[in-house]
Amino acid sequence: MKRMKGVKVPHMKSTGDSIPARMTDLDIAVYPMVQHIGTPCKPVCRPGDPVYVGTLLGQKNGGLSSPIYSGVSGTVNKIEDILLSDGRYAPAVYVLPDGKMTPDPTIAPPTVTDLQGFIHAVEDSGIVGLGGAGFPTGVKLHVGDSSRIQEIIINGAECEPYITSDTRTMLDRGQDMQEGIRLLQKYLGAKKIIIAVEKNKPTCIRAMRSIAGGDDTVSVKVLPSVYPQGAEKVLIYHTTGKVVPEGGLPIDVGVIVLNCTTLAEIARYIRTGMPLVEKCVTVDGSAVASPMNVIVPIGATLEAVFNFCGAFKAQPGKVLYGGPMMGVSVPELSMPVLKQTNALLALDAKDAAPVDAANCIRCGRCTNVCPVGLAPVSIAAAYGSGSMETLQKIHTNLCMECGCCSYVCPAKRPLVQQNKLAKAALAAWLKSNR
Amino acid sequence: MNQKLQITVSPHIRSSVTTGSIMLDVIIALCPALAASVWLFGPRALYITAICVLSCILCELAFELITRRTPTIGDLSAIVTGMLLAFNLPVTIPEWQAVIGSIVAIVVVKQLFGGIGCNFANPAITARIVLLLSFSGTMTNWTKPAGFSGGELVSSATPLVAEPGAAPSLYDLFLGKHGGCLGETCALALLIGGVYLLIRKVITWQTPVAFIGTVFLISFFAGDCSAPAALYQILSGGLMLGAFFMATDYATSPPTAAGKLVFGIGCGLITAAIRLWGTYPEGVSFAILFMNILTPYITKLCARKVFGAVPAKKAGAGSAKERSRQSI
Repeated sequence: MKRMKGVKVPHMKSTGDSIPARMTDLDIAVYPMVQHIGTPCKPVCRPGDPVYVGTLLGQKNGGLSSPIYSGVSGTVNKIEDILLSDGRYAPAVYVLPDGKMTPDPTIAPPTVTDLQGFIHAVEDSGIVGLGGAGFPTGVKLHVGDSSRIQEIIINGAECEPYITSDTRTMLDRGQDMQEGIRLLQKYLGAKKIIIAVEKNKPTCIRAMRSIAGGDDTVSVKVLPSVYPQGAEKVLIYHTTGKVVPEGGLPIDVGVIVLNCTTLAEIARYIRTGMPLVEKCVTVDGSAVASPMNVIVPIGATLEAVFNFCGAFKAQPGKVLYGGPMMGVSVPELSMPVLKQTNALLALDAKDAAPVDAANCIRCGRCTNVCPVGLAPVSIAAAYGSGSMETLQKIHTNLCMECGCCSYVCPAKRPLVQQNKLAKAALAAWLKSNR
Repeated sequence: MNQKLQITVSPHIRSSVTTGSIMLDVIIALCPALAASVWLFGPRALYITAICVLSCILCELAFELITRRTPTIGDLSAIVTGMLLAFNLPVTIPEWQAVIGSIVAIVVVKQLFGGIGCNFANPAITARIVLLLSFSGTMTNWTKPAGFSGGELVSSATPLVAEPGAAPSLYDLFLGKHGGCLGETCALALLIGGVYLLIRKVITWQTPVAFIGTVFLISFFAGDCSAPAALYQILSGGLMLGAFFMATDYATSPPTAAGKLVFGIGCGLITAAIRLWGTYPEGVSFAILFMNILTPYITKLCARKVFGAVPAKKAGAGSAKERSRQSI
């Protein structure tokens, strides 16, 4: 089987051995009502309301949405719009913590007896794709006839540099993962479960093999150490050889992909009834004094998390949600840790120095590393000339925005940025033509 | 802690390879051949190379200043063009003709089309052809390497037109002890440079292997299946220089592996055809220039297969629910 292309990025996973420390002391907790792909949640609390760990703050709004719960106990302070890292505004609930971290007294394990009940429970848990995508997991499991599912892939690739929070899940939460696998087998009737881990994490591979041991339907797949192994289509192809068609979903080829932390969280929710309220986050980067893994109550501000990690040793030039390949830069340190935050990186001035783009030298590196075989230079040219037909013809929509093209470009051209713009323009054009 | 934070699009790390670092690698790879040319043809080889490099840099700088563009001499590509141009000239070339070559390469072929990456033909190759057609006398005044003919630069034929009996041995060909352009004769030095470029991943194997392999095979079968005769062909003329350093030029050759194979085979076919059945003794430059012109078509025909692609008509229908791994 021919492997999909990609780039060898520096791993920088220095926090792999850092057992997560728990952070509980917050001054303020902020809950934007968008922590998933889809419509924002509707706030269900008012200023002055008392809340506990696990109290519902924002309820699911429409099909593609996921409820949001408080990660601290305290009082609702205010509800006002907040600027998100993607440039949109959304309402956010601010909670003043009382420092006690009292769990909500109404919390009880959900009663799950069948598939529908299981999917409802996952929807209620507030769990979204924790690998960074933020796609509501309940929606993903809604596949209609569950006999369509041939394989479930547990994504432990963690191909982004720096991030080790999934590593910690695989090392520290094997029990949860094992429980999660049993739930998938019981309710989704999963015939084959494949845990996929990148080759650069031998300890995780061992841990996962011990989980899979004794069950013929569970296996561990060791992936090459090439970014982006964790991207859904690449992962599916490298574990099963199946090709997800353009515009299709993994379930179209009988596959569901779940991140390993997502799986562990599902098991924990079914066992305890405590929704998704905390997250293991890798705090790293050249500006951070002591890089480490931290279990953070969702809603904690980045400033508080960085201070927990010994503050900055150098003035940060850029702060990121997520890894350096696909992470989103953050405008303010007052922004909070979200459900899908798996890493916070603070880069010093040198690492954050902007690069100047020069002429394309037509070396073809971008085309040759693209996992799906796109030609970013052609996309940029078609987008520049406004030719939507060409954009469609060269399959611009297949770009997964992994950033390999921009990474390798010797002229440092903003290729993935142009791909994103082209995708948006093409989507708008297709919509208006329909 | 209310300092300004930068907002940029991902990725936030970049590979250390830059246009400048690639050009530096090419310059390093050309150094063995430069050293060999000085050893073979004397200090004038270095002098001609310096003239070409300097005039190329000056042409680029002057053009960009006059047209009010940002000077790009920092990317070192003008130095590469200058070195390659010099390597394609006989050591006896008058200085002013070398300078005309630089003007053609940098101003006409490179800058008038938009600068680095925008030219459709290889600047050094085109300049060599312009000079060859304009100054056929001085451009074909081959000299026997100095150190091997009593200290003087003596006129000699390129081995491609050498009389039977006067032809150099394969060993001399490999070391470059024969007449020819100043940088093209020493196959050993060019191979060392080519291997360096392969190791540094500046070039891939497809173009040089397809180019040299095609010339070898055609010469082998056209020359009564004689391996020495075929080796003689691939070691003489500008083939090694052309295959490793000129046909691999990014802007003027296809980007994909399949495209590079087609490009290399095309170059080999034309080179062998010109050498065996054409009027000119040497065909490498013409072959590369001709394939440069075909490059856009080869690129189109040899595009990579897109993973999971469905024909454009269907693609419009169900693609709204995109769920690839991406941020909010």
